[in-house]
Amino acid sequence: MTAATLTHGPASTAGLVEVRNVHKSYNGVEVLRDVSLTIEPGEVVTILGPSGSGKSTLLRAINHLETVDRGWVALDGALIGYEQRGGKLYELKEREILKRRTQVGVVFQNFNLFPHLTALQNIIEAPVALKRLSKADARELAIGLLERVGLGDKADSYPRQLSGGQQQRVAIARALALQPKVLLFDEPTSALDPELVGEVLDVIRDLSKLGTTLVIVTHEIGFAREVSDRVVFIDRGVVLETGTPAEVLSNPQHPRTREFLATVL
Amino acid sequence: MTTLLTPPVIDAREPGTDFGALEVVKTRHWLRWILSAVAVFIVLQLLWSVVTTPTYKWDVFAKYFFAPAILRGLGLTLLFTVVAGTIGFLAGGVLALMRLSKSPLLNGFAWSFIWFFRSVPLMVQVLVWFNLGYLYPTIGLGIPFTTNYFVEAETVVLISAFAAAVLGLSLHQAAYSAEIIRGGILSVDQGQLEAAAALGLPRSVRIRRIILPQAARSILPNAFNEIIGLLKGTSIISVIAIGELFYVAQVIYNRNHDVIPLLLVAVVWYAILTTVLSIGQFYIERHFARGSARVLPPTPIQRARAWARYQWSRLDEEVGR
Repeated sequence: MTAATLTHGPASTAGLVEVRNVHKSYNGVEVLRDVSLTIEPGEVVTILGPSGSGKSTLLRAINHLETVDRGWVALDGALIGYEQRGGKLYELKEREILKRRTQVGVVFQNFNLFPHLTALQNIIEAPVALKRLSKADARELAIGLLERVGLGDKADSYPRQLSGGQQQRVAIARALALQPKVLLFDEPTSALDPELVGEVLDVIRDLSKLGTTLVIVTHEIGFAREVSDRVVFIDRGVVLETGTPAEVLSNPQHPRTREFLATVL
Repeated sequence: MTTLLTPPVIDAREPGTDFGALEVVKTRHWLRWILSAVAVFIVLQLLWSVVTTPTYKWDVFAKYFFAPAILRGLGLTLLFTVVAGTIGFLAGGVLALMRLSKSPLLNGFAWSFIWFFRSVPLMVQVLVWFNLGYLYPTIGLGIPFTTNYFVEAETVVLISAFAAAVLGLSLHQAAYSAEIIRGGILSVDQGQLEAAAALGLPRSVRIRRIILPQAARSILPNAFNEIIGLLKGTSIISVIAIGELFYVAQVIYNRNHDVIPLLLVAVVWYAILTTVLSIGQFYIERHFARGSARVLPPTPIQRARAWARYQWSRLDEEVGR
């Protein structure tokens, strides 16, 4: 596949995410309690919940940045950290985990762009280091991606020369460069000034139309209502409610959901 | 206490004044002027004494400054600095990574290494390596935990004075640079590691391309301190009669008794090398500062050029007028 089709062609194939009976605790405190969730290929799912409810942990467990204590997480039927052979699960070598992890892109709350690299270098680092693309092809792809997020003229800027909204859009372009099947957004607009939130949401909205599976942790209820196929409400590590935005946001069944929505709306 | 809450009274504007039309009188910093005058006096007095005191014997200084023996010594000093600096920082890097490893064994090994070589004074260490023959008359390769050697050599032959010096300086340097490198790595934001891991970058790439270039910002100033320390620290190996700069200077003044002029020869050469290193430090730090500020501050050369341009334009104006 050439860089040109990567940029302008259809989005990468969407992935199926299965989360089954996941438990996770830190120092005896249970952060996730028996969480199960299936996210269909191409679905846009928003995870809502109060701070400390386990939303971010769940997101991190999906790409194995966080290991789970019990239960499992699978992408397209394959476990990210383990391999099944016979009746046993073998922990995978780091190299293999990294390969599978590239199928899941992550956009962080604090952008986490590499400050010593330009916007363009940030984007081409992974495709080149993983030998997916030649440097020339990667540059072409990166420039296309930067144009797609509206930053075609910022290729040679360092992150600190960009506004928060621009940095987050570069971070999205960086995540897209590996053609992930699933994109995870961990509160992508929480660190932004209010007037910069819109430009980042616009980019995510565009992505939601391209058919990549998106999992978004956010506090932007209005945005969640608009883009999500499904909304999941988590509180104290438990999935309390899941359904269409109309069901969960307009007609919440659980008292905790009602309480939460009353405070953020 | 109502008095505390009373705002200070500031002279109000006389009715009808336009502040913009008034002359500005700058604050005079009397203490600053007095201290500056004292500083100038001290410097001039020092210079005067350096030039006029005959016991400095500047003719002897000039005679020996480029003497072949001194230059050979200087070469050795540089050689030891480069060799021990390279080995020290490479080993220090490995030790730093071991200290950050999840394996308690690797961590413990590195910790003990650093503890030991920071505890032993460099001079003592160099002497121990030089005299290792008293402890182990021969060193050999053979079956572990036995004395059945395939190859065996006499320690005095194997560990020459040169080797003892390199060992001592390198191991000492490794212990110190390990902590500097570890500190630099720890200063990199955890989010950077996570982002790199999320992008599927292999560990070696994460360290080489993402962590170290960012850690370099806090490693470099300390590393240059260490290299400059090492440069002067090489004078310690004169205790095992290696002909580096300081040793050569000593040998010469033991013969001709011109102690101060020859020590000054060494001092000036050390100062020159330190200056060169400091200039290198400026430019290397600048290189690793890319991305850290919106605009990098100008280099001294750029600043000098801008100053010259400004003066030139002023001169132009004067002449034009």
